[in-house]
Amino acid sequence: MSRASRRREDEADRNWTGAYRPYDILREATIALGVVLALAVVLSLLFSSPDLKPSTVQSWSRGDPVDFVTTATTELDATSGTGGYGPPYNHAADGQHVAFVYPAKWLGVSHPINTAKDFVLAPLRSITGQPALSAAVSTYQAAPAATQAGWTTAYEKGLGNAKVAPDGSVKVTAGTYGPLPVMMRSLLSFAQSGGLDGALLADRQFYQTDYTRPLLFMADGGVLAKRAEQQHLLGTQWGMMNETGSYPGQSWLWLYTAWYQIKPFSTSANADVLVMGVMGVMSLAFILIPFLPGVRDLPRRIPIYKLIWRDHYRSTPDTPA
Amino acid sequence: MSFGNGEPSENSSSWTARARRRAVEALPPDKLLPDGQPAYMASWIYVFGVLTLASLIVIIASGSILTLKGPGWWHFTGVGHFFNSIHMWSVELFFFFMVIHLWGKYWMAAWRGGRARVWMTGAVAFVVAVPCALTGYVSQQNFDAQWISTQAKDGLNAAGVGAFFNVTNFGQMYSYHVFLLPLAVVGLVAAHILLVRKHGIVPPFALADHGQPNAREPEPGPEPVQEPGAVPAGSVS
Repeated sequence: MSRASRRREDEADRNWTGAYRPYDILREATIALGVVLALAVVLSLLFSSPDLKPSTVQSWSRGDPVDFVTTATTELDATSGTGGYGPPYNHAADGQHVAFVYPAKWLGVSHPINTAKDFVLAPLRSITGQPALSAAVSTYQAAPAATQAGWTTAYEKGLGNAKVAPDGSVKVTAGTYGPLPVMMRSLLSFAQSGGLDGALLADRQFYQTDYTRPLLFMADGGVLAKRAEQQHLLGTQWGMMNETGSYPGQSWLWLYTAWYQIKPFSTSANADVLVMGVMGVMSLAFILIPFLPGVRDLPRRIPIYKLIWRDHYRSTPDTPA
Repeated sequence: MSFGNGEPSENSSSWTARARRRAVEALPPDKLLPDGQPAYMASWIYVFGVLTLASLIVIIASGSILTLKGPGWWHFTGVGHFFNSIHMWSVELFFFFMVIHLWGKYWMAAWRGGRARVWMTGAVAFVVAVPCALTGYVSQQNFDAQWISTQAKDGLNAAGVGAFFNVTNFGQMYSYHVFLLPLAVVGLVAAHILLVRKHGIVPPFALADHGQPNAREPEPGPEPVQEPGAVPAGSVS
């Protein structure tokens, strides 16, 4: 379509000079409101809404103590997902990038998290009346980095064959673990009592609404992923657009989630930033459709409009043969 | 305001008078609340706009009740859970109706005739409604909130958004969900509806050459058949 034709069409379509019919806008809106309200009530009565109880550090440490201790050890030597994440949590990595564009790095560390200090050492330091524990933490902190790494690496290997005792504690075969057995026994006990849930939240003030630390700690372990797999919520199962149970979830995120299922996104280390970039461009294109040649012309080439306005075309002299 | 003779002020230096004059010129009462529509507006596709608007009203009403009672209420009471269900299903209906509405308007090329802003405000409302819903899902305080927030954080962090929009911070997400993003959605929807009222709904493609839309020069058409009492105006659809 030429620019002149488009301009003429634009002028012709500005005002309708043909026939009108009676119409009650307020009655239509009221009926629509009644219909939607009735639909929402019926759907609520029939299907309710999902509300699966959240996981806690306490339930995790009681249900899978080996996974909890293993995760805590990786937090201590910063080899966990959060420990090596990079911005906005720490400087361990640069974050994802596309070519020379590093959005996360440029925005910086806005929610600083030191996994060793915040998830393990500070909670252990908050436990009083246990001289052996205090000594163990001091020993660990005073040791050179290479020695600390030797202890944690050996302990993580040992945890691979660990057994859970009837009292919920973790039994690891003997090895060169330094003070780690004492520290981790105390941390597990603290977590199983519910104390660690509070310690991870407590910061500078009484009121707390930021669950970043306990959520990241749990996400580094297997507790959330295990439940998510049972509920078909993993990334390979179209991930977070789904919801627990058989509810529709955020089906409007289907396109966002779809990219993760195909190459190169499914195999890229920078999948998140790539998908966000693609969706950003597509969203902008969606908003700007009226100005995009090709996309804006499809409606006149694929005549769905003849179905929409079939009554009009039947009753006007312009009606096609 | 009248000045003794009962006539409103037309003082050209008054900001208020100028704003009123421009508002009334753009949207005279018979355009704002029409009792007539173009005769071609005769398809079920037109109801999805008003159904989307009705869903938004139910979302805000049910969400307001949940907000008044606090974020924990619905986990411990049957009535609270029922209102949460109403809220959730009205969100599902909102997106369902809005997507059909958008597709319908796309196939009508509803941006024709100077209506690009109508399309754009609707499209931006959809784009803003997505994080509005996401903040609701991560504010639920249940396992869904835990899983969705720990998954969504990676995309947002990678894009740099996580620096100021932390989905694992319940307090921040709740503020976004009950105030900032609904305010944006309602503002965009209001602008969208006012623009629809101003420009009217888009007319059908002209079909002068047997199925080739708009292939002709505009010609004076037949005399309009004006029904009694009808006014030229658009629709909320």
